[in-house]
Amino acid sequence: MKRRQQVKKIVIAAILFVMGFIFSKDSLASEIMFLISYVLAGYDVIGKALRNMVKRQFLDENFLMVIATFGAIFLKEYSEAVGVMLFYQIGELFQSYAVNQSRKSVAALMDIRPEYANLKHGKEIRKVSPDDVKIGDVIVIESGERVPLDGVVIKGVSLVDTSAVTGESVPRELEKGDKIISGSININGLLEVKVQSKYQESTVSKILDLVENAGNKKAKTEQFITEFARLYTPIVVVLAILLAIIPPLFWEGAVFQDWLYRALTFLVISCPCALVISIPLSFFGGIGAASKQGILIKGSNYLQALSEAETIVFDKTGTLTKGNFTVVDIQSEKYSPHELLRYAAYAGFHSSHPVSKSIREAYKEKIDNGLISSFEEIPAHGVKAEVDGHEIYVGSKKLLEKNKMTSPQIKAIGSIVYVAIDGEFAGWIRIADEIKSDAKQALKDLKDLGIKELVMLTGDTKAAGKSVAKALGLDKVYTELLPHQKVSQLEHILQETKSGKVVFVGDGLNDAPVLARADIGIAMGGVGSDAAIEAADIVIMTDEPSKIVLARHISQKTMSIVKENIIFALGIKFSVLGLGAIGIATMWAAVFADVGVSVIAILNAIRTLYVRR
Amino acid sequence: MKRVYTLEDLDCANCAAKIEKAINDIPEVIKAEVSFMTQRLVVELEEKNLQEVEKKINEVVKKVDSDVTLKLK
Repeated sequence: MKRRQQVKKIVIAAILFVMGFIFSKDSLASEIMFLISYVLAGYDVIGKALRNMVKRQFLDENFLMVIATFGAIFLKEYSEAVGVMLFYQIGELFQSYAVNQSRKSVAALMDIRPEYANLKHGKEIRKVSPDDVKIGDVIVIESGERVPLDGVVIKGVSLVDTSAVTGESVPRELEKGDKIISGSININGLLEVKVQSKYQESTVSKILDLVENAGNKKAKTEQFITEFARLYTPIVVVLAILLAIIPPLFWEGAVFQDWLYRALTFLVISCPCALVISIPLSFFGGIGAASKQGILIKGSNYLQALSEAETIVFDKTGTLTKGNFTVVDIQSEKYSPHELLRYAAYAGFHSSHPVSKSIREAYKEKIDNGLISSFEEIPAHGVKAEVDGHEIYVGSKKLLEKNKMTSPQIKAIGSIVYVAIDGEFAGWIRIADEIKSDAKQALKDLKDLGIKELVMLTGDTKAAGKSVAKALGLDKVYTELLPHQKVSQLEHILQETKSGKVVFVGDGLNDAPVLARADIGIAMGGVGSDAAIEAADIVIMTDEPSKIVLARHISQKTMSIVKENIIFALGIKFSVLGLGAIGIATMWAAVFADVGVSVIAILNAIRTLYVRR
Repeated sequence: MKRVYTLEDLDCANCAAKIEKAINDIPEVIKAEVSFMTQRLVVELEEKNLQEVEKKINEVVKKVDSDVTLKLK
């Protein structure tokens, strides 16, 4: 409402201002039009200026605008006085509109706060505040509703959209036994969920907390602008006073009116508004754009630091690789891969060893227990079983040797499982940790975005580490590291990196100390571990390495917009100040340097909100 | 202790910077941070005389921009 009245007022003032030009110059009618227009456009600014005078706030922008326009009226430059006031007001209105819009759109990006939970009690269902739900309670989530608390599905099947929480755009189908995270949206079915965490500890609370606190850690550039703004206004005002007084006093032939006019142009440009608004707005937009993609940045300082990163250090397992062991290769001369896998899966049916488990997972088909007539687990070596009348050995090379069978020496990465059928070596199965599908492209893209060195740290063996590093094209790899050795290795890298920042990316399960030690710690895989969220500076909700590329891209884009705005705003302001001092720039130019520059800088800043690849 | 406030109707970025500086100049305040975009004020302050300090903060806010209202979050 307030804004609508303001707009009406400005429109009427602008019409009168134009009419002032229609009447012949210096006629009474023209002057009256200008006077009414000035009062209409400026009465509230004058009111604020008077109040600030009482409070002795002389460097306030309202006060300075009033002095500048009063000065213009004194010089009988009526149209300039009205113009300055009118455009100043239009600029203010635009600023508050733009800032409000961006506040709203970022708030909308993060609008994941659940309003209520449907608590099920026996047959009765009540709407309660998510705060009132306890661990172990059962809640019902209808289609279209937001999931209020983290839990496990106990009844129903439904597609669930987790994009607001993870940035993952493809909905997931959940059924009984699946975990469901708060903040996601139930698309079609009806779900009953057993609650596993209190609202304060739920995913949605953690995300909101993180995002709401983001504004309070300011980037170097933001701090610089604040410092600059603090000095800029007093310096320009002092220069304006000197300009009005010194030349007419000491310079023969200098006309006071001319120099006063020059001083007034200074006052019009005395607000650093374009910078103080557009720079925080750019960072805010950048952080907003990132959070929309499931990348939560804890402050604009980290956004700036990420743009200056030169080295990225990755943890291997869970970060670049999936961290689960899978069958990657099956080799046999006598049998088909499927046959070999079938025998191995049957032989290991009763074994709980991770290797047997991954072979069973690779086989996928149902195992007929009736075909297994004997089973024996040989600790640290493997298994022996009789399947469908055949004697099967599955395990290490040693297992075969012990049972007097020869087998070739196989050199490959990962764990090699030897299979013997009816007393003879039949083939081998290779099991390894799988590299994430987007890892290779992500690392290549990071190089394209100016990262100089990509390093991997791992507690894994030299052979396993090297092979992953080679497949992904990493520059350096350090293997067989214990958790505390990862910290010292990172410290070593920090010492060696002279100019740029060092980023560490981990899944956060046991690398919180390393995350904390790096210039920028990035935790992947969402809100799994509290320690990681605490220690990390950037949290990526999904476990895709490609999100790091996106984060880097957003940081660079934001910083280039920030730099454009600084150069543009200061460039125009300083040139108009210079031209004003030598009497070339008019008050119209000054209004542009103040209001025009602000508007353009704000429009440029808003672009950060829409950064994507 | 840390206290978080909202600065309602904080519309002028320059005022945000001025408010931040002025609150930091209050002796009982250890550190104050104002975010113009999120309209939040985070103050780290000594635990004693809380009401008095809060009154001072309010005065400072009103002095810089009388349109802004301080509210505890």
